[in-house]
Amino acid sequence: MAAIYSLFIINKSGGLIFYKDYGSAGRMDTNDSLRLASLWHSMHAISQQLSPTTGCAGIELLQAHTFDLHCFQSLTGTKFFVVCEPGTLHMEALLKVIYELYTDYVLKNPFYEMEMPIRCELFDLNLSQEQKPNP
Amino acid sequence: MIGVGKMKQYTNVLDKPLSRGRQEVSLSAFAFLFSELVQYNQTQVDNIAELERRLEDAGYAVGARVLELLCHREKGNRRETRLLGILSFVHSTVWKVLFGKVADSLEKGTEHEDEYMISEKELLVNRFISVPKDMGAFNCGAFVAGIVKGVLDGAGFPAVVTAHFVPVDGQQRPRTTILIKFAEEVLRRESRLG
Repeated sequence: MAAIYSLFIINKSGGLIFYKDYGSAGRMDTNDSLRLASLWHSMHAISQQLSPTTGCAGIELLQAHTFDLHCFQSLTGTKFFVVCEPGTLHMEALLKVIYELYTDYVLKNPFYEMEMPIRCELFDLNLSQEQKPNP
Repeated sequence: MIGVGKMKQYTNVLDKPLSRGRQEVSLSAFAFLFSELVQYNQTQVDNIAELERRLEDAGYAVGARVLELLCHREKGNRRETRLLGILSFVHSTVWKVLFGKVADSLEKGTEHEDEYMISEKELLVNRFISVPKDMGAFNCGAFVAGIVKGVLDGAGFPAVVTAHFVPVDGQQRPRTTILIKFAEEVLRRESRLG
């Protein structure tokens, strides 16, 4: 079964607000993950400018030899992206589900400050329940 | 004939019959509103006890009004005079109207005569809220405790009502218990009534 390596959520200014790795393949230390997040944020923005067609919303899928990267950007500029094994299916649907969990358990939490790292117990709980069916 | 098929126009708004109101409200809308209520109160206070008190006061105002409304709508303007009566009113009718379901359980305290507990697996107001560790035992259910207090005070059963998290084995999320401690006079009156 294809597996997910890691999940990132970045705020509208490109700062990493949530990072979770699944297994050793996706693991990286804090500094690397922060660097990767801002790198992706810039690449996403540049791709919007580089596109030969108008109305481009940014990179949605990046395919490489050893991994796939699916990215979902909400209307507010928050980006959810997941690094997974090449050929993993239903990642867009998964990103939408994670977005829904974010709106429920992070945005409705009065103790969460906007654009700050996510430290919400309920979000983590529901996220791991979401992941259980994926081995 | 004149007036047939036309809605009766009320000149005075106080003469209009009380409507049933909309039965369902968006949960998300309420969650955001409640989140703002908590955040606003957080900016006004210095410590957690104050924040709990403020949420309780907010709930108290709701409770007083809910009592009047439900006595009129559900019970045909009858008044509860017995302890168990008012408790089951809170446990079933008030919960059903406010949260869409009756409370999970109503228990009498074993240690003290004047303590009763209404338990809920997860309060509706707490559904999306994760309290950070540094806030200790703070529970936004203080709002619901305030509602219960408002209902009981309005009905003539003064009590101290608080909300607590009770850890449950085998479950990650703790249960919530609303602890009701009645005043002396209520118990004396109750024993007099037999």
